[in-house]
Amino acid sequence: MKRLLILGPLLLFILLAVFLARGLYQDPSELPSPLLGKTAPQFGLTELPSQPGETAATFSPQAMLGQVWLFNVWASWCAACREEHSILLQLADTHVLPIIGLDYKDTAADALPWLVHAGGNPYAHVAQDITGRVGIDYGVYGVPESYVIDKKGVIRYKQIGALTAKNLQDTILPLVKRLQSE
Amino acid sequence: MGLAAQEAKPLVPDPALEAQLQTLYQQLRCLVCQNQSLAESNAPLAEDLRNEIREMAATGKTQTQIVEYLVARYGDFVLYNPPVKANTLLLWIGPFVLLLIAVLVGGWVLRSSKKNLQDTPLDKAESEQLLQLLNKEMK
Repeated sequence: MKRLLILGPLLLFILLAVFLARGLYQDPSELPSPLLGKTAPQFGLTELPSQPGETAATFSPQAMLGQVWLFNVWASWCAACREEHSILLQLADTHVLPIIGLDYKDTAADALPWLVHAGGNPYAHVAQDITGRVGIDYGVYGVPESYVIDKKGVIRYKQIGALTAKNLQDTILPLVKRLQSE
Repeated sequence: MGLAAQEAKPLVPDPALEAQLQTLYQQLRCLVCQNQSLAESNAPLAEDLRNEIREMAATGKTQTQIVEYLVARYGDFVLYNPPVKANTLLLWIGPFVLLLIAVLVGGWVLRSSKKNLQDTPLDKAESEQLLQLLNKEMK
């Protein structure tokens, strides 16, 4: 019994170390989304026109049923979006899946020149979420965020923060491949 | 021509409702600045969420409905008071388990140290000395 008591502090230390080590590798800003496995919230938003002031069509996620698509939330005021943009352009070049943009709390006057400066428009459609309402429905709290949505319109993956070449290769593209063959 | 000073308008149309909502804001986490509540945060998202909550309340939604709406979008993380669930059980009962362990270990240590004490009665000389000391104190 006495020997056990001597081991006590050591066991306590190991327990504490395990918990702290776990905490060290968890990013508190990345939250599990409750939307995973749920149908992507519906909306109807005016698309970003090709010229400021021009009238544009309305985009609704319903139009994407039957396709696996990437929903990317971005804004011209978001610094990390510029970094991410080259990855999106490369992805668009591969034609693996359509990329739909949500221009979050932004204006066409800012967004259009931003796209030109950032090297082009990778998006098949860009919906303008001027008020941020749709962003709230998608649980957006840190732009950029990306969602992979399957053929049935169900959210299967959520990425908070910029996409990188690595997580695209390792996680997103394999998932997309699987979803496309579903 | 004089510019009359106007009284400052309230920030929200219904101050009574806002006062009610203030307690709700305090229970909700701002997701951008995670150590602030919605009541404290000036982040644009916090402002949007306050607007959203205000509108929902104005249309007669109850606080439970508003909380459910937010949890459906942002998860339990928006709540400062986490609900009791399988994955939060450790959080809720952990402290009590630790307390129990502390009491058990403490009790065991106390008992085993008592066992080591031997009851040695005083001999005659010692008890006389003790009596003398006590008497001195009493005077």
